[in-house]
Amino acid sequence: MFITQVLNGLQLGSIYALVALGYTMVYGIILLLNFAHGDIIMVGAYVSWLVMAQLGLNPVLAVILSVAACTLMGVLIDKVAYAPLRNAPRLSILITAIGVSYFLENGAQLVFGADAKVVPAYTDLQTIQVGGLALSFPSVLTVIVTIVATVALTLVVQKTKLGKAMRAVSEDMGAARLMGINVNSTISFTFAVGSALAGIGAVLYAMAYTQASPTMGMMLGTKAFVAAVLGGIGSIPGAVVGGLLVGFAEVVVTALGLSVWKDAVVFLLLIIVLVVRPTGIFGRTMNEKV
Amino acid sequence: MALLSVKDLHVSYGAIKAVRGISFEINEGEIVTLIGANGAGKSTTLNTVAGLIKPDSGSVDFEGETLLGMRAHKIVERGLALCPEGRRVFTQMTVAENLEMGGYTRTDAENKETLEKVYEHFPRLKERRGQVAGTLSGGEQQMLAMGRALMSKPRLLMLDEPSMGLAPILVQEIFDIVKQLNEAGTTILLVEQNANMALSVADRAYVLEIGTIKKTGTGAELLVDDDVRKAYLGG
Repeated sequence: MFITQVLNGLQLGSIYALVALGYTMVYGIILLLNFAHGDIIMVGAYVSWLVMAQLGLNPVLAVILSVAACTLMGVLIDKVAYAPLRNAPRLSILITAIGVSYFLENGAQLVFGADAKVVPAYTDLQTIQVGGLALSFPSVLTVIVTIVATVALTLVVQKTKLGKAMRAVSEDMGAARLMGINVNSTISFTFAVGSALAGIGAVLYAMAYTQASPTMGMMLGTKAFVAAVLGGIGSIPGAVVGGLLVGFAEVVVTALGLSVWKDAVVFLLLIIVLVVRPTGIFGRTMNEKV
Repeated sequence: MALLSVKDLHVSYGAIKAVRGISFEINEGEIVTLIGANGAGKSTTLNTVAGLIKPDSGSVDFEGETLLGMRAHKIVERGLALCPEGRRVFTQMTVAENLEMGGYTRTDAENKETLEKVYEHFPRLKERRGQVAGTLSGGEQQMLAMGRALMSKPRLLMLDEPSMGLAPILVQEIFDIVKQLNEAGTTILLVEQNANMALSVADRAYVLEIGTIKKTGTGAELLVDDDVRKAYLGG
């Protein structure tokens, strides 16, 4: 039982972590809390539903198309809604993000209806035997995929030219321009990577909860946002640690038989962090930009 | 033909006119300096040439082609680099990563070669290449900012207040390096409040006052000019 609960915590935490990574990356580069980020997951879940349940196609194709749709959606949202406001006050772009979120949720409701759709299982394999223990395959897969994705992301950000450009832009956009870095395409790249991770999160979420609904991204996105703040917004390891903490907090509360309190506990965590350590676990105080 | 030619440039920030119709030229191989008090429009001029600010009117031509309307990162590709006021190194990245960013528009092979040259001019950067830039001293950060700008192998290097906030001994060192870079073939446009230093290294100079050019001449001429001495060289 204990192992199962730990695995549940890891699974839920991994999904929050993947979504939180997108939040944190976008915040890191343009200081925007992209409240539409959670809704991108909803788009990914619907694409999986469309491909498998409606078109009856292969689950692998569903995964690929879901991730691709989320990636495109993220870049498109930036180009259409945020890029024109690059020099506007931060509040304008924040309000725009909330608007995009409502647009996506209501758009999905208009197109797919308000009730939840059942996303078919991506795989028939539901349990695997590890050392005499029967473990949930989706849980194990979720954890492995998240580890791989996080390592890959860290390598991209630390080692590749584009990743370094991302860090440069996030520290000083003007100086980055003077280096010959195309700031707009670097921002697009950031949205693409963050949204691709959300796409992976969407598949893993649909695998665990087998549902797609117009507002599914709202609570998921909000909790991932809490995870990002908890870890220190702008920090990649912070997003992962924050995601895991939120996931475990929920699982522990549920295991204690207090599942009605699980959302409240997550937000309580947020309040505690904001009071005790507003920069989050890995956050550092922002450098004053001159 | 001048390497850089700026004609009747007007730039404003909202209702405030920062640059009011200035014209100047830089020829290949020269060190040209713009001197003037705080708020004279020196940095605004450099930022406009670098493509960070849009002018109201006027022209900026580099090697006979206009730079106006060109985005900042394209201007770097054309061979113009600005080492900005206040250094603005990427404090959370290492010295080597900062230099790599400076060569962003070039290939890895080209950068490898340029990097060696930059380390020759700034041996201290080589010693500290693995160190995070935020932990460098002010003088070292200035060297890094200059080295970073050089990584794009600019035809024209624009330096905005390279001596700002540095101890006199470091100011001397920075200006020695500016001289060396010029002798090694880089044309330099220097903006300085330290007029004495700037005029002593410059081939030619322009004196800016409230957004207009008040005087121009060789560095040596302006060093002994009565008006310039009174206004900028402490008598």
